[in-house]
Amino acid sequence: MTLVITILAAVISTILWYQNAPQDIYRIATLCWMFWGASLMWLVDAISEYIEMGAEYFMPAPSDMLNDAFLGISVTAFGCVIWLVDLLIHDPKGVFRKKISERVDEHA
Amino acid sequence: MACFIIPAAEAAVVTAVRLIAEQKNKTYSVTKVNPEQELAKKETVLYKTRWLTNLLWGGSALLAFEHVWHGEVTPWFPFLTAMKDPDSMAEMLHEMGTNGVGMALLVTAVWAGMVLISHIRNRKYQHEVHVS
Repeated sequence: MTLVITILAAVISTILWYQNAPQDIYRIATLCWMFWGASLMWLVDAISEYIEMGAEYFMPAPSDMLNDAFLGISVTAFGCVIWLVDLLIHDPKGVFRKKISERVDEHA
Repeated sequence: MACFIIPAAEAAVVTAVRLIAEQKNKTYSVTKVNPEQELAKKETVLYKTRWLTNLLWGGSALLAFEHVWHGEVTPWFPFLTAMKDPDSMAEMLHEMGTNGVGMALLVTAVWAGMVLISHIRNRKYQHEVHVS
């Protein structure tokens, strides 16, 4: 479930990135790299579990599925927080720079 | 248990190698001199290692979060709960050697595929421009 949710997040972020490509003012590419990287890594985990468990892998207990779904949503939220911090640090629209210069002008 | 350490270590090594190479070759640090030079810079394999490090760092960060979620990584010493006893340590090392190495290999293989496709498309585009 975590893998599925992360793949969905990767697909959605890639579509959002492609809509504005080649421009990427909101740095959506950061989200794409993060979600695709994690998806590939969890795919290896899934393959290894499938080799161990066989077809049983596709029949998880409802409580496990719920916990995995909760983890998937939390991971997506965590990825979005990383992206937001990256966006605010780079400040591509120069919002913070403008605010600071306005304050400096007020004090001067 | 700690499989994300292998891709994170690969990311650290590749980032370090790229930074050293960029320092040595000053042409890579030249930015926006002219569009052709900028395009040529983006076509180098060295520049494309950013794709690999982005995939590796991004994936490792989210996997680290998952390990914290499962209580396998702690913010205090020894940071990995599996380090507490030899049995779980052996299990952790086995997982790092199988899943961790598998993750690093798969991400690197996908990146290599991306670089190859990008190279083929670029050559095709250059050929079309020359013909027209």
